[in-house]
Amino acid sequence: MKEFSQLINQLILTRSRNRKIELLNHYFKNTENPDRGLALAILTGNLKIKNISISKIKELIKKEFDPELFDLSYDYVGDLAETIALIWPYKQKGKVPKLNFIIDELESSSTTNITKLIKKYLSIFSENERWAFIKLLSGGLRIGVSTRLTKLSLIHNTTIEISEIEQIWHGVVPPYNKLFNWIFGKGAKPEIEVEKVFHPLMLAHPIEKKDFNNLKPEEFLAEWKWDGIRVQLVLFKSKIRIFSRTGDDISHTFPEIQNNENDLVVLDGELLVGNDFTPLKFNKLQQRLNRKKVSKVHLENFPAFVKLYDILFLKNRDLRNLGFSKRREILLDWHDKVQNKFFDLSEVVKFKTWAELTNIKSKKLNKSEHEGLMIKRKNSAYISGRPKGHWYKWKNEPLVVDAIMMYAQRGHGKRSSYYSDFTFGLWDQNNIVPICKAYFGFSNEELEILDKFVRGNTINKFGPVREVEKKFVVEIAFDSVDFSKRHKSGVALRFPRIKRLRRDKPINEVINIDLFKENFIAS
Amino acid sequence: MDWVNKHLQIVPINTFIDPIFPVENAIITHAHADHAKPGHKNVLATKHTIKIMKIRYGENCANNFQELSFNSPLNINGVKVTFFPAGHILGSAQVLLEYQKDKINFTGDFKITKDDTCENFRPVTCDTLVTEATFGLPIFQHPDPEVEINKLINSLKNFSNRPHLIGVYALGKAQRLIKLLRNKGYDETIFIHGALEKICDYYVQSGINLGNLSKALIKGEKKDFNGKIILAPPSALKSTWSRRFIDPILSHASGWMSVKQRAKQSLVELPLLISDHADWNELTSNINNSLAKNILVTHGREEALVHWCKKRGLKASALSIQGRDDSGEEI
Repeated sequence: MKEFSQLINQLILTRSRNRKIELLNHYFKNTENPDRGLALAILTGNLKIKNISISKIKELIKKEFDPELFDLSYDYVGDLAETIALIWPYKQKGKVPKLNFIIDELESSSTTNITKLIKKYLSIFSENERWAFIKLLSGGLRIGVSTRLTKLSLIHNTTIEISEIEQIWHGVVPPYNKLFNWIFGKGAKPEIEVEKVFHPLMLAHPIEKKDFNNLKPEEFLAEWKWDGIRVQLVLFKSKIRIFSRTGDDISHTFPEIQNNENDLVVLDGELLVGNDFTPLKFNKLQQRLNRKKVSKVHLENFPAFVKLYDILFLKNRDLRNLGFSKRREILLDWHDKVQNKFFDLSEVVKFKTWAELTNIKSKKLNKSEHEGLMIKRKNSAYISGRPKGHWYKWKNEPLVVDAIMMYAQRGHGKRSSYYSDFTFGLWDQNNIVPICKAYFGFSNEELEILDKFVRGNTINKFGPVREVEKKFVVEIAFDSVDFSKRHKSGVALRFPRIKRLRRDKPINEVINIDLFKENFIAS
Repeated sequence: MDWVNKHLQIVPINTFIDPIFPVENAIITHAHADHAKPGHKNVLATKHTIKIMKIRYGENCANNFQELSFNSPLNINGVKVTFFPAGHILGSAQVLLEYQKDKINFTGDFKITKDDTCENFRPVTCDTLVTEATFGLPIFQHPDPEVEINKLINSLKNFSNRPHLIGVYALGKAQRLIKLLRNKGYDETIFIHGALEKICDYYVQSGINLGNLSKALIKGEKKDFNGKIILAPPSALKSTWSRRFIDPILSHASGWMSVKQRAKQSLVELPLLISDHADWNELTSNINNSLAKNILVTHGREEALVHWCKKRGLKASALSIQGRDDSGEEI
């Protein structure tokens, strides 16, 4: 634990990417199994301690410490782990155990014992160790180290390629002993079971106007970018596993999707809901996500299906090194043959010139089931991650509305001292009604302006939330909007973000909610 | 307590404490820029505060100066004024006011921790305590400064090929950091930014030995600064001035550095938790020791301290003083 807390303390304060990689590499080289593997799991978000949650941690601290002083402190610091590390009120003597011992003990604790154990450790630890410990418990380090950077540090000064790590990553589990042995030359490359694991997806770069000049249209295929959730399907022995784009197994959320094939097949596609392969709006699909139980009503009203984009494996053959158009042919054949009623093919949009494609896209603009177009290079292999020059996404222009700032809260992580989380509203007769929260899209300079405005114009405080004088107008960009019973305004915006500050605009020029609904929600 | 109002005006003698706008009569607790402003008619302060004000603002930055020593009461039309050391920087004073049967003590900025570059804090009992609250949250618990100095000395050893560029406030923090290093036996030349020079000279003249200091000019090669300490005001760390150092380790000596995310935001790699303000424990213990029943909180994070007082049955409220808002850096 000492070494791990030291490592992440150094990492959070290190700016240079190369130095971060060196620090991590040094740690991995000089730490033994299984501690280094557990550290790797924590750094990549693959270690979840059961029986403990953030709300339980907060409950625990509020029993040990004046709750109001805790809340004020937490609001100021903006990071739970750091707040607790700084205010933990008492100390006990004790030896700081190894990471491995601590995690074992936590994982074998019951719900009632675990709080006792956590208290014991908090009392033994130094401030830095407390900080690392709460981070470990709550997940999400926020120390400026991405999973990608951590993986790069593993292969630093070796001949192993990052793509090799990506290909086996989801087939290896903490504490990754075999992985480390291979990397440090003490064992063979870990074998993975293709049929059981997630194979990281290939992602696209946003296309910009100037890109078109350098791209030859005949080298590309276009297809619609469907507005559902990207999934990977792993079919094997009449079973199917559905993975989200981050590799979470979400099969249980969509039990209706079945597979009768015995062969191993790995597919890439978009999961949507609707009848006869006609997708409903995203918010219908959303109602089915993150539920523990699948309701009959949902199954009947919003049945799921998948638009297939790509094929990665067929039988025991890895197709990822073939070109995209070749893979698509194989996908077509396979789809024809199996006749699975849950699988539809993503259609290719035919075009000869970029001008023609632009024209097709603009005609479809108001069809909300499309987020835009995907443009894929015909001869590109399927490369995990976001490789440059292969796949492009051409999103629809966002919708925009001017709205009035109503409330603000301090941000977390790297924005912890700033008021950076805002609620915006529109007129509803003589009142202002909130339509969305937005906490990104602005530049650092704009954040300074917003933060200063909040500090200087607070009219009310509700715990950490500040109500501000209603005079700051901001242009909000969003992808779509729909009716919602859960919000007072009756609308829910998708992916709202701050586009521009409109200090020039008086609040009486902001539209009212009825007009907003009329303009933006197609009936 | 109607004879002192929320603008920190002592009504019977029309005198303000640390006014941020020019007034007829001002009592200045210490020479930091947010407490000592130029342009007052009459200033009452300690000898060091007056000297430093003159260095910074010019000989004529007030019409009249009156010196008052520590622990020597001065009667002004029935109001007894006594200065006690505040331990914040050289010359910093607490101001005890006695009028009729009332005793009010203004801490000004203060710290209780020992400091070899200024007169050390003296506890004062009173009926009403007007306290600062710069670090008025329980997350602020400053470690022993020696621990932080060791951190710096270790870093100099581990990164002997990188200059150590430390942000310090020019008055007080710079000199204290130098003195702490000297006390630890660090006797190499310490380089300073031009903005620190006059105040360092004044401290030396006042009998505080700071060892060998040199302006951070480029005479030889840039790499001559490798493994050396350079002190500069925080604003200079990101200015063009700092480009003369190759791949420096950025450091900042401040109480704010206890929050890692804050340190990260300001690009600091080596945070040094050295503060010239009372931390939470000192703020609360001073309230206890003052025996005051009424607590007024001037500037900083007032809410938590007010809450703490009320929970202990003390009367407490916040005075929101203009010009010292919560977004400011420690000074």
